[in-house]
Amino acid sequence: MILAFLNLTWPTFASGLALGGVYALMAVGIGLVFGVLRLVNFAYGQLIMAGGFALAFGSQWGFPNWAAILFCFGVVLALSVLMDWLVFRPLRGHSPAVMLVATFAVAFLLQNIALLAFGPLGKSAGALAILNAPWDIGGVFIKKIAVISVVTAAGCLLILQLLLTRTPLGLHMRAAAMDFRTARLLGVRANRVISGAVIISGLFAAVSAVMLSVQELTVVPAFGTQDTILVLAGVVLGGLTRPVPATLGGFSIGFANGILGGMLPANQSQYLPSLLFAMVIIVLLVRPDGLFTRGGSAVERV
Amino acid sequence: MTALAVENLSVRYGAVEAVRKLSLEVKPGEIVGLIGPNGAGKSSTLHAIMGAAPVTGGDVRLDGRSLIGRRPEDVARRGVALVPEGRRIFGELTVDENLRLGLAARRARRNGHGLDRAYDLFPVLGEFRSRQAGVLSGGQQQQLAIGRALVSEPDYLLLDEPSLGLAPKIVDVVFEALAKIRHAGLAVLLVEQRAQRTVALADRSHVLANGELRLTLGPQDAGDTDRLVAAYLA
Repeated sequence: MILAFLNLTWPTFASGLALGGVYALMAVGIGLVFGVLRLVNFAYGQLIMAGGFALAFGSQWGFPNWAAILFCFGVVLALSVLMDWLVFRPLRGHSPAVMLVATFAVAFLLQNIALLAFGPLGKSAGALAILNAPWDIGGVFIKKIAVISVVTAAGCLLILQLLLTRTPLGLHMRAAAMDFRTARLLGVRANRVISGAVIISGLFAAVSAVMLSVQELTVVPAFGTQDTILVLAGVVLGGLTRPVPATLGGFSIGFANGILGGMLPANQSQYLPSLLFAMVIIVLLVRPDGLFTRGGSAVERV
Repeated sequence: MTALAVENLSVRYGAVEAVRKLSLEVKPGEIVGLIGPNGAGKSSTLHAIMGAAPVTGGDVRLDGRSLIGRRPEDVARRGVALVPEGRRIFGELTVDENLRLGLAARRARRNGHGLDRAYDLFPVLGEFRSRQAGVLSGGQQQQLAIGRALVSEPDYLLLDEPSLGLAPKIVDVVFEALAKIRHAGLAVLLVEQRAQRTVALADRSHVLANGELRLTLGPQDAGDTDRLVAAYLA
């Protein structure tokens, strides 16, 4: 069978889904902030890195798992809000180039702080690593973390969808993403909408931090950086200004990453990033408006 | 002193002085028209009231308290609603969602019948309630934009060229709605290009040119075309 020939097994498929789910969450986290601030937060990966270290240290200090996860959420949320106050808000309204470069600066600053503080070798993800043990699902052995990641990501996206479509805050966030100026003239509070986006984005970064730390076992200062670049590629692939395509784009590249990572022989895994980015370039050449956009353009509307 | 008062207002965009020392006032139950050629400073005046244009002098007072320096969302929450030029409806949201956005500016003590009132005033909106607003015709979108502004139950309604690009029949619908809104006790500040109709409807109409108030007309002047033309050309 062709799948067997490609070395595609159920466990590989499951880890593809798991990574796809995490990348979809990251794509939504980046997309929400882009929606209201028109800012691509390159430092999103460093939020995840900080969360990973928080989890690892929490575990090292003997916190029970729930407390380590809570600590991770606390650190990531505090850092997102701090980033918003110190960098995003003062720069609001500046050109996209200025804001992008600023988030680059924040990303490298945080990464180098982590390098100085924790060293290049990083830390083990800690007690939660036991979730890499498999579950026997109908004779197929699937890592627990893969199942947990898929279910958690789906749950988070569902809750977000309900929030966006069923609550006033969600309606205000959608309107602000379409036309912020008019939304404010109607009484939509800019600060509240931005805080909402930053906090949800931070929550998703914290969830991603937990899932990725367990999946990748070690947290290093560069943790999350390559994932963020891939997610950004996926988001562009899907169409940046459209939430659903952006999420699908993030999912696709995570899925491809997981599948290819499982299929490539271990001694050739260094080719994985090149392979992924080559695929991104080809897709963009064929469908410059994004992979999941219908007909019309994905160009930002004025 | 229930009124929205513009006092010696000046607005400047860079080197361009859009409004120069303009004063006007609008009270509950009144329609005040603001007419004049393109670039006269009409829209800039509305945006300055909303806190969305750079005010360089003068004051805007709502019931005696200055609005200068307040954010647009705070002005909206104090009971001043703007129907912006070009309608600015959210095409990808449904008609109902667009109207619900108007609730963002609702003040706590209101009774919350704003949505029903908007549907009563413009029955066509009810028919298209769950459709995407982008598929509505221009006239329906204008009714939606006015309805959306009324949902928050404002005391003051500012309209920026509501008849722009509409068929004559729809213009009638819009002007009739404005008369009803005045009758309900709202204060209406109406920026328009249709000078004659505006002068006929409004309690007072101010003619603006080059950012300055040139002339104030009453409904009795609506038939006096010479005076209108002279005011525009002055």
